[in-house]
Amino acid sequence: MKQVVEVKGVSAWFGSLHVLKEVSFSVHENEVVALIGPSGCGKSTLIRCLNRLHEEVQDAKISGQVFLEGQNIYGPNVDAVTIRRRVGMVFQKPNPFPGLSIFDNVAIGLKLAGVHNKAILQERVEECLMKAALWGEVKDKLKNPGLSLSGGQQQRLCIARALAVSPPVLLMDEPTSALDPLSTASIEELIAQLKKTVTIIIVTHNMQQAARISDKTAFMLNGELVEYGRTTEIFTQPRMEQTERYITGRFG
Amino acid sequence: MKLDLSFYDKKRSLKNSFALGLVGFLAILGSFPFLAVTFYVLMKGFSALDWAFITQLPKPPGEDGGGVGHAILGSFLIVSVASLIGIPWGLSIGIFMSEVKKKTPLFRILRFVLDVLVSVPSIVVGICVYVSVVVYMKAFSGFAGSLALSILMIPIIARSSEEIFKLIPDHIREAGLALGIPRWKVILKILLPGCKGALITGLMLAVARAAGETAPLLFTALSNQYWSADLTKPMASLPVQIYNFAISGFENHQRQAWAGSFVLVMFVMVLNLVTRFILRDKNHGSRN
Repeated sequence: MKQVVEVKGVSAWFGSLHVLKEVSFSVHENEVVALIGPSGCGKSTLIRCLNRLHEEVQDAKISGQVFLEGQNIYGPNVDAVTIRRRVGMVFQKPNPFPGLSIFDNVAIGLKLAGVHNKAILQERVEECLMKAALWGEVKDKLKNPGLSLSGGQQQRLCIARALAVSPPVLLMDEPTSALDPLSTASIEELIAQLKKTVTIIIVTHNMQQAARISDKTAFMLNGELVEYGRTTEIFTQPRMEQTERYITGRFG
Repeated sequence: MKLDLSFYDKKRSLKNSFALGLVGFLAILGSFPFLAVTFYVLMKGFSALDWAFITQLPKPPGEDGGGVGHAILGSFLIVSVASLIGIPWGLSIGIFMSEVKKKTPLFRILRFVLDVLVSVPSIVVGICVYVSVVVYMKAFSGFAGSLALSILMIPIIARSSEEIFKLIPDHIREAGLALGIPRWKVILKILLPGCKGALITGLMLAVARAAGETAPLLFTALSNQYWSADLTKPMASLPVQIYNFAISGFENHQRQAWAGSFVLVMFVMVLNLVTRFILRDKNHGSRN
């Protein structure tokens, strides 16, 4: 299988705080990779290094290489904007753009990338809302504000928004932590559908969720990648003692 | 042993009613100045208020009738031009203050200058424009008045828009950036539409403030007894016209000064109400 993301010796800092220490791993096409670990271990920072969002924070630094479909995104003359168009992101808190309609929330990535053909936009919005399992619920109220939807619907809207620019990779930063169990289940189902077309890297605090939805799991601790492997192996026979203690809840 | 707390309950509810009463009283007291001003101005100026008042030129002292149509037109022109300068300028500064990542020395200087500028007496702004524009051009002009008003508007608009942009959570910006949208487009196409309503309120407050200013216009736009839409010439404005009427000593002029005040108060109030109305409509269904 094709390697889509390859992380080589990535370290990251906030000011003098060293939050990621020489992390390396690779992700193959159509895989779902779960990042688990206690709060503050660097999971979110790691995925924010994959779409060059880390550098948007004041005093943030990064070293190492990240290859996206073979291209080093931290190479010279690489524009962060074009990289971000190829790596979608879904955030912890559903965050539709305020003041924009449901339709525009999905269409805005394409519109601002220069697509103005109404028919193409219409088709693309419908396609992405379908992929995000939201079309049926919103097809009659596309003009309503994105913020008028419920939390779970808003999160699916954000997924549709991320999919609209057709990124090969989708990053999800605890996408269900602000949602109720039913919405969580629908997002998990969605992930199982989406992995047919995109590669997904998801940060989660919920270990059952990691076990349910991911093909591979990475366990992080204090900025280091402790163990990375098949989810079934990580959860049944972890090689490292720290991993075992964390997943069995005997941590610390 | 069971404790009897009913005594404390009574005491607590008494305290509660007292506090509520006090707060309610102060709230009513707070709106009193507005009601008093409106009522007093209306009472004093109502007799001079008619169609002629807002469409005609002033009559000579002693003659009844006439109006301040030229001053209303002048105020409209001066404030419009001031807004054309002040709104884009102030908004740009506000966006810069909120969205720029690094707090450079330039940022700190700008913050200090804005803080000072907000509280500079308006007459000082008028004098500065007088010295730098009127004296230099050797003429009082409506444009000089607009310039003075725009200088008053800029810090108000900059500060209010900065605060409004800061209210937008960072993850909204990041969501925009993560879609591969350049930062400037995130600001103009995503953040701006998102806080349009609140921004307009801030702008309207600045416009209302400018429309009511007298001091900066006294030696910039001066005044004019006749109709004029030429911004390079002295131009009448409602506040200055009120001032001139009020100090004139003629009974009918003084009555018209009150009527002019009433028009000014109404303008500010209508501007506020209209903004509120637009906002309620636009923000329907949005929770953030």
